[in-house]
Amino acid sequence: MSSIISVANLSKAYGSGFKALKNVNLDIKRGEIFALLGPNGAGKTTLISIICGIANPTEGRVLVGDEDIQTSYRKARSLIGLVPQELHTDAFESVWATVSFSRGLFGKPKNPAHIEKVLKDLSLWDKKDNKIITLSGGMKRRVMIAKALSHEPQILFLDEPTAGVDVELRKGMWEVVRGLQQSGVTIILTTHYIEEAEEMADRIGVINKGEIVLVEDKTTLMQKLGKKRLTLHLQNKVTSLPESLSHYELELCDGGATLVYDYDTQGERTGITSLLGDLRTAGIRFNDLDTTQSSLEDIFVDLVRTS
Amino acid sequence: MNHHAIRAIYLFEMARTWRTLLQSIVSPVVSTSLYFVVFGAAIGSRITEVEGVSYGTFIVPGLIMLSVLTQSIANASFGIYFPKFSGTIYEILSAPISYFEIVLGYVGAAATKSIILGLIILATAGLFVPLHIQHPIWMLTFLVLTAVTFSLFGFIIGIWADGFEKLQMIPMLVVTPLTFLGGSFYSIDMLPPTWRTVALLNPVVYLISGFRWSFYEIADVNVSVSICMTLAFLAICMVTIWWIFRTGYRLRN
Repeated sequence: MSSIISVANLSKAYGSGFKALKNVNLDIKRGEIFALLGPNGAGKTTLISIICGIANPTEGRVLVGDEDIQTSYRKARSLIGLVPQELHTDAFESVWATVSFSRGLFGKPKNPAHIEKVLKDLSLWDKKDNKIITLSGGMKRRVMIAKALSHEPQILFLDEPTAGVDVELRKGMWEVVRGLQQSGVTIILTTHYIEEAEEMADRIGVINKGEIVLVEDKTTLMQKLGKKRLTLHLQNKVTSLPESLSHYELELCDGGATLVYDYDTQGERTGITSLLGDLRTAGIRFNDLDTTQSSLEDIFVDLVRTS
Repeated sequence: MNHHAIRAIYLFEMARTWRTLLQSIVSPVVSTSLYFVVFGAAIGSRITEVEGVSYGTFIVPGLIMLSVLTQSIANASFGIYFPKFSGTIYEILSAPISYFEIVLGYVGAAATKSIILGLIILATAGLFVPLHIQHPIWMLTFLVLTAVTFSLFGFIIGIWADGFEKLQMIPMLVVTPLTFLGGSFYSIDMLPPTWRTVALLNPVVYLISGFRWSFYEIADVNVSVSICMTLAFLAICMVTIWWIFRTGYRLRN
C-alpha cells in the first residue's frame, strides 16, 4: 500500500528550548486507520499540527499525497481535514453556516448537496439552523467532524475525537469513521481510549517524549507484545510456594486462593505443561483455570514505561 | 488565488457586522451625533468660523476620520484576535490559503465596514450642517486608504495581542489621543508655534489634513505630504504583516 503521508526526520523545538518532537519518521498508508497513541505531552498534537500546517517544524520534511507541506502547501492542505482536540467553534454561527464556511475556506465552490449529506451522515441535519452555542458537547464534536469533511478530504485527522463523549455516541462515531474509511478516506486518530485504537485501527503508532517508539500492524503488535495470563483457582488456599516453583515467577492472589502465571505467546515454550506437572508434584491442586490475553492498553503502558 | 477562501472569510466577517449591527454601526453613529451636539452646537456657537468654514462643517472630516481610524483598528484587531482567542484560528492556518489571501479577507472586511461607517457618518453630518465636497474622488481615496491602512494596523494588533487588555491598549492609549490631538476638532494653525511643531510629529495630522482638504481645500499640511505619509504608514503595516506571516509570529509558533 502506498504512503499518503510521509514524515522524515521531523523535529520541533520551542523557544523555551523544549523539544516536542525529536527526529520523527513515519509513513501513513493510503486508506488505513492509523492510531497514534501516547501519554499527555508526548507530541501527538504537535505532530498533527505540523502536518496540517498549524505549526512550523524546526527540521525535517513532510509529504502529503507526495506534496511538500511547505513548498506545495495548497495542494497538501487541500487533501487534509482536521478535527482538533478542543471544541473550537464559532458559538454564534449556525451549523449550516459554519460547515459551509469551512468548505469555502478550503477553496471548494458551494455544494449544498454535499453539506446536506455530511450533516445527515452525522445526524446533524435537524440542527442545521441551530446556533452552535445551543448544541451539546457531543453535537459540537460532530459539527467539528462535519467541518473537516466539508471539503471532501482524502485524509482525516481526528485528535481525540471521542474525548468527553458518552459511550453510545462514541460507538456512533466509530461507525462514522469506519464508513469514511470504506469511502477511501485515510484516517489518523489520536486517542486516550486504548479500546478505541484496539477497535478501530489497522496500525498503531506509539509516541513518547517526542519520539516514535513503535509503529506496528495492530494484529502483529498484539501477537508480538501481547502476553497471556493463566489463572489457576486452587482447591486449597496456599500461604507460600515451594522452592521448586520459584523459577516460574508465580503470583499468589486472593489470599492464596488463586495462582497467576504470565507467559509469552511467542515463546518457544510457554512453560504451562511443566508448570502443571510441577504443581502436581508439589501437591498443589486446582479445580478451575482460565487464560486471558493482555490488552493493547497493557502493551501501551509497558512500552511507555520502558521507552 | 483561493477566491473561495477570501470570499468565505470576507462574508463571515461581514456577517458578524450585521449580527452585531448595534455595536458595529449604530453605536459609532450615535457617538458622532453627540460630538456634533457637543462640539458643533455648544463649542461651535463660540467659534464661528475656521479658515472661512463654519466650525460645525469644519469638524466633519475630523469626526469621520476619528470613527474610521478607531473602527478600522477595532474591527480588524477583533476579527483576527477572536479566532485566536476561541481557537478557531486552527482552521485558517490549516486551510490551503496564502498569507495574502488571509489578510485580504480579514482586512478587506474590516476596511469595508469602516468605509460604510464613514459614509453613514458623512450622511448623518449632512443632517446637522451643510456639506460640500470639493474633491469627491480624493475624499474617497483618503477614506479607502485610511480604512485599509488602519485595518492593517488593527490586524497587527490582533496578532500581537494575547489578551483583551492588550487588544484595547493601543487603540485607547495611543490611537484615540493621537486622533484627538491630530486636528479632528481644530486646525493645528490655531496652536502656538511650539505645539504646532510637536503636532506635526503626529501621523494622524496628515490623514485628517488631507481628508479635510478633499472637502474644503483647506489643509494644515500640503496634500501631497498627506498622501505620502498615508502610503508610508501603509507600507510599514504591510511589511510588518509580511514579517509576521514569514516568521509565524504568535500564529504558527
